[in-house]
Amino acid sequence: MMRAVRALSWIELKLFLREPVTVVFTLALPPLVLYVLAQVFGNTPNPAVYGGAGPVNYYVPAYIGLVAASLGLIGLPVHLAAYRERGVLRRFQAAHVSVPALLASQLFVLFAGVVAGSVILVALARVSYAVAWPVSWLGVAFSLMLGILTFAATGFLLGVALPTTRAAQGIGMLLWFLMMMVSGAGPPPEVLSATLRAVATATPLKHVIIALQDPWLGRGVNWTETLIMTGVLLVASALAVPALRRRT
Amino acid sequence: MDALRVEGLYKRYGATTAVNGVDLVVPEGEIFGILGPNGSGKTTTVECAYGLRAADAGRIRVFGADPQSDPDRVGRLVGTQLQDSALPDRITVGEAVHLFAAVAGGPVDEARVLVKWGLTGKRRAKFGSLSGGQRQRLFVALALLGRPRLVFLDEMTTGLDPGARREVWRLVEEIRREGTTVVLVTHFMDEAERLCDRVAVIVNGRVRAVGTPAGLVGQYGGGLRVRFTAPLDLDRAKLAVLPGATSVDRHGEVCEVRGHGALVTALGHQLTIDGHGDVELHVHPASLEDAYVAIVGAATEVR
Repeated sequence: MMRAVRALSWIELKLFLREPVTVVFTLALPPLVLYVLAQVFGNTPNPAVYGGAGPVNYYVPAYIGLVAASLGLIGLPVHLAAYRERGVLRRFQAAHVSVPALLASQLFVLFAGVVAGSVILVALARVSYAVAWPVSWLGVAFSLMLGILTFAATGFLLGVALPTTRAAQGIGMLLWFLMMMVSGAGPPPEVLSATLRAVATATPLKHVIIALQDPWLGRGVNWTETLIMTGVLLVASALAVPALRRRT
Repeated sequence: MDALRVEGLYKRYGATTAVNGVDLVVPEGEIFGILGPNGSGKTTTVECAYGLRAADAGRIRVFGADPQSDPDRVGRLVGTQLQDSALPDRITVGEAVHLFAAVAGGPVDEARVLVKWGLTGKRRAKFGSLSGGQRQRLFVALALLGRPRLVFLDEMTTGLDPGARREVWRLVEEIRREGTTVVLVTHFMDEAERLCDRVAVIVNGRVRAVGTPAGLVGQYGGGLRVRFTAPLDLDRAKLAVLPGATSVDRHGEVCEVRGHGALVTALGHQLTIDGHGDVELHVHPASLEDAYVAIVGAATEVR
C-alpha cells in the first residue's frame, strides 16, 4: 500500500508539472496578478480599504488562498474528470489501486502545488514590496492546511460531479474567476456591493482567504472561518468520497 | 482446477438486464473466447468475474476464490486489459510500468519487462504518443506484472491495423505458452478461430453456444456452399438429391448448393455427366462467422 501511494504520488506530481493549464493557473497566473495589483496599490496602508492593512500584506495571504483554489477548482476536477472519462480510474480500480491511495496522491500534489505557489508569491512580494512576514506562522500554517483540505474536498466533489473534462474546465475556470473577483483576491472588499459580498460569503475562497489573512496580519486565528472551512470540508468529502467509489 | 467458474450470473442496470443467467467454465491453461453482439453482456460478465462489478445473483469462482468476498486474493490471481480504458496521455511507458509494478506488489524487474514486450526504446515516450499496437503491448505488459494465473483481455484488437492485430495475437499466444489462462472478449471471428481453444457466444445476456471453434462451425455453420454459373439446361431437382446436399438455390445466373461431406465430389461428377464439365465450382467452407451469425440469428428470433 505505502509503495503504491509513493509511486502514485511521485508520478502524479510529474503529471501535474506536465499539464500546462494547471501550472499556469497555479504557479504563473497568481504571481502575475499579484504583481499587477502591487504595482497599482503599493504597500502603503490606507485606513479606508483592506481593513487598514498594507495592500501587498493583504494580498499575499489572499493569493496563497487563490493558489489552493486554482488546484481545487481547476487542477483537481479537470484531472479527475479526465481520468474518469478516459477510463484511467477503471484501470486503476481493476489493478486494485485503492481509493485511499488515489486520495492520498492527489492531496500530496495539492500540498506540493500550494507550497510551490506560495513560495513564488512570497518571494516575489518580499523582494519587490518587502511584504511583512506573518505575525503568527503557526496560525497561517494551520489555516493553510485546512484551506488545502477544503479545496481538495471541493475538487474531488467537482471532479466526480461534472460529467466531462470540458465541463470541468469551463465550470472550474468560471468558479475560479468569480471567486477571485469577489472573495478578496480582486478589488478591496470595502468597495464591493452588498450583493457581491453576499456572493463571496457563499463561496469557500472568501473564508479561506480571511482565515489566512487574520493570523498573517496579527488578528489571530479566526475560529468562525475555521469552523466554516471545516463544514465545507466535511460536506464536500461526505458527498465526494462515496461518489468516487461508485463512479470509478 | 478451473481457472474460472461462473454459475447463473445475473446483473441488471436499472431496467435493463445485462446478464441473464450466464454459466461458464474455463479450465486452467485454456484460451477461452467470449463472442457476442454489442451490448450482449460480454464485458459485464468479465467485469463481474474479476470483481470490478458485483453480480446481482450467481456464483463466481476464480481458482476457487470469490471476487467479492476475497478481492485481494482474486486481485493477485487475475490480470486485466480493459476495454475503453487508457492511461494519462503524459505518463511515460517507464513510469506506467513502475507505477503498476508498485501496485501489484512483489518484486518486478522493470527493465526486463520492457525488453520482453519490446518497449525499451519507448521507455521515455509518453502514452499519448504510442501507436495502437504499442499501447496494447503496454497494457498486456501491465496486466501481467503481478504474474497472474488468469488474464482477461477485452476487445484488445479493436481499432488496430492488420499488422498490429497479428502482433497482439502473438502476444496472446506468448501469454498462454507461459501457462497463463486467457479469457478473450472479441468481435473478430478470425481472431477467435485463430487463438481460442473454446468459445462461448453470448446473446442478450445468455450463453447460446459453447464449444471449440471447429465444433461450432460443424454444428451451426450450415456446411459447405458451392456456387457456380448455372448452365441454361441445369436440372436442379437432380442436384437436390445428391449425397450430402441440403439445398439448391438459384439467384439469376448463379446456382448455390449447400451441403456436407461428399457434396463437392458428387456435384462435380453429376455436372460432368450432364455435359457441364467446364463449369467452375467455387467452394466456400463454413466459417466461425457463419456459425456465429446462425447462433445470433436463432437467439434473436426466439426473442
